[in-house]
Amino acid sequence: MKSGFWQRLDTWARRFLPAGLCLLFVLVTVLPVPVPGYASLVPMLALAAVFFWAVHDPRLLPPVVVFLIGLIQDSLSGAPMGTGTVVLLAVYGVTVSQRRYFHNRSFIQVWVGFMVMASAAAALGWLLTVAVDGAFAPPRALLFQSLLTVGAYPLVTWVLHRAQRLLPAEA
Amino acid sequence: MVRIAVPLRGAAHRFALGFLIVTAFGLMFLGKADNQFVERLRTAVTDVATPILEVAAEPISAVNRAIDHVRALAALHQENARLREEVERLRGWHAAALRLETENRSFRDMLNYRGPERNAFVSARVVADGRGPFVKSLLVNIGTRDGIEKGHAAVTQLGLVGRVTEVGERSARILMMTDLNSRIPVLIEETRARAILAGDNTERPQLVFLPDATRLKPGQRVVTSGHGGGLPHGLPVGVVSGVEKGIPRVRPFVDWGRLEYVEIIDYDVDNVPPNLSTGRSGKSGAPPPGAGSAP
Repeated sequence: MKSGFWQRLDTWARRFLPAGLCLLFVLVTVLPVPVPGYASLVPMLALAAVFFWAVHDPRLLPPVVVFLIGLIQDSLSGAPMGTGTVVLLAVYGVTVSQRRYFHNRSFIQVWVGFMVMASAAAALGWLLTVAVDGAFAPPRALLFQSLLTVGAYPLVTWVLHRAQRLLPAEA
Repeated sequence: MVRIAVPLRGAAHRFALGFLIVTAFGLMFLGKADNQFVERLRTAVTDVATPILEVAAEPISAVNRAIDHVRALAALHQENARLREEVERLRGWHAAALRLETENRSFRDMLNYRGPERNAFVSARVVADGRGPFVKSLLVNIGTRDGIEKGHAAVTQLGLVGRVTEVGERSARILMMTDLNSRIPVLIEETRARAILAGDNTERPQLVFLPDATRLKPGQRVVTSGHGGGLPHGLPVGVVSGVEKGIPRVRPFVDWGRLEYVEIIDYDVDNVPPNLSTGRSGKSGAPPPGAGSAP
């Protein structure tokens, strides 16, 4: 009875919230902030968001959306096309398959899980880039970036938990 | 119904995921083979995202300007004293430059020498910073509609930034000279020794293919040689910073921390689109960097 136009618009908007937030994170990470070294250290926020939805409710972020987010991220960041996409999809797939492990765990345990996933993701990303470029890229900046990504996870979780409360109960 | 649908949906998800991963790998291989499709896909995305990023970057530059303003106020007194000193010093150089210019002109007249053309340039705003651990590139807000083409040089007032590698309609990607894939023909200004400036993702690119007999001294200026076409001759690049583990390195002039605007130099002057010669080209009559007359 109450499914008027505004109601539908509201539901629609809420369904797009997880993907929209991932996109927002992608945009934030490529913005030109004039701080020396910022760009090579900025946390992989989209990775954290994909992990979050894969743990909490993968239905809200279907694989095809992860794929599109990966493509947009690769296009904007200038990374070899497909490398970041493979990384995001792999993290998503592995996390979804391990969802049972993350079920009813404390935040710290999920965070440790993310630490493992983020490190593996960074290593995979490095391998793929080296394979595509055919040249050895010094992996040191990557280490710092992974650390910052793990460090940023509580903040990402806080934002996304708030967003999750806005979502319709039956998505 | 739900009980049957859940495992089915799980299988469908897994299949979709596998398919998408394979597709992403496919894109990687296509991209590696310099496929047109991948490049068009990428520029299509950047074309759509550029106006959004332009808007999003506005508050950042506002904050940045505010910080600069406060900083400038705090340092006003010292700055003033420093500038006075500099004006004194530059006055001498100005006189020297005027004298040399006249002399240079008369020599050119004698030799009937036709110097390098002045290059047209377009100012572009940096809208995305792709300086990740693997790539060093920038996204700017101009593209083919502004007359930008692949291979054009990107510079700031200080010196070379890199060159254009991808062009969309309203966006372009600049591969910075520090990127692993960047190769720029340069020469040592003092000794005229040619070399290739090869990026390796560090802040100080390497000098490779330097003639064996070349002796490098830290502080020697490195400029683009213009060999191989594409880049104009004589754009300032950086100074030799020293030799580390047998590898000579260059410290670029560009201030990487403050890359808000760059200028894209259209070297091929014959191809300047009509809108370049009016309005957008040339900021308040200032000469484009690197277009000064060679002594």
